[in-house]
Amino acid sequence: MCATCGCDADGKVTMHEPGHHHDHHHHSHDHQKKVVDVEKDILHENNLLAERNRGYFEAKNMLALNLVSSPGSGKTSLLERTLTDLKGELDFAVIEGDQQTTNDADRIHATGTKVVQINTGKGCHLDAHMVLHALQGMKPKNDSVLFIENVGNLVCPAMFDLGEKERVVIISVTEGDDKPLKYPDMFYSSSLCIINKIDLLPYVPFDIEKVKANAKKVNHKLEIMEVSCTSGEGLQQWYNWLKSKVLAPESV
Amino acid sequence: MHELSIVMSIVDIAQQQAEKADAVMIDEIEMDIGCLTTIEMNAFEFAWKQGVKQTMLESAVKKINRIKGKAKCLDCEALFPLENVYDACPVCGEHLIDIIEGKELRVKSLLVS
Repeated sequence: MCATCGCDADGKVTMHEPGHHHDHHHHSHDHQKKVVDVEKDILHENNLLAERNRGYFEAKNMLALNLVSSPGSGKTSLLERTLTDLKGELDFAVIEGDQQTTNDADRIHATGTKVVQINTGKGCHLDAHMVLHALQGMKPKNDSVLFIENVGNLVCPAMFDLGEKERVVIISVTEGDDKPLKYPDMFYSSSLCIINKIDLLPYVPFDIEKVKANAKKVNHKLEIMEVSCTSGEGLQQWYNWLKSKVLAPESV
Repeated sequence: MHELSIVMSIVDIAQQQAEKADAVMIDEIEMDIGCLTTIEMNAFEFAWKQGVKQTMLESAVKKINRIKGKAKCLDCEALFPLENVYDACPVCGEHLIDIIEGKELRVKSLLVS
């Protein structure tokens, strides 16, 4: 039935509103309008691919972590330390996301770890599709830990599930302690927050209790750790967390 | 500028559905975009103009329902409107809250011809 005038395809009038005049010709209905109910999540396609990645990780008993932060908080440094310190204890693989260059992948490669660099070009985040392709190329080992280092950006990566088991947000003490309030979505969607560069605390006006309180306001379930990749302080706690996650039985 | 990725996803979903319905044009699209999502509406409008060019959505009228944030306090069970995800429960002052509405990101329906 035509939504404009209420006539059906062969020109028979089936519905009239009172006072509705038919001052137009009955037309052949190649322009017939209809309503299509969609009810589909806009991120549906990404979420499907993320679930596919998740299934791949589960089948291979891998622990996939999505590392997010603003640029310069020390994601790559944290990885370098971790990969070196836990060498021989756990198997690792790394996916590096940056707009340009293979600089980060080169740093990871130097630790002897399998690494794939994704260059997003103008893109501001990784998505599940990019990770899927990276996985096809790298073929990570069973029972390994996969670090996915996202593009340095505290906004956009928050919306895109990659299929990770946990999302880890990193913030450094050279940033503002109000950052969790300014960029709440990333802290809301993460399960662990690592405060990095705590060796610099004496030199910067960063209130560590305040940042913790702010992060908890956004996400009361957030776990918080303080580390320094330079001095090594606090790293043991992070390593224990990693090992506990690797050993954790599947909760399906 | 993740808004452009969002617009491209909308274009994909809308075109798939319109083609399934044997339509050649999309006249109208209705969407839910929650106020607590990271969609910045100015950036979205800009991305929309660029993203729908030469697609079936090029001349479509878009209807956007902005769904306001709503939360439930896990401590006192109060239901309240939530403007920012870091807001406390207005009744007991706790931050132990569950977001119930405001995170929607959905294509609801199309009017096609």
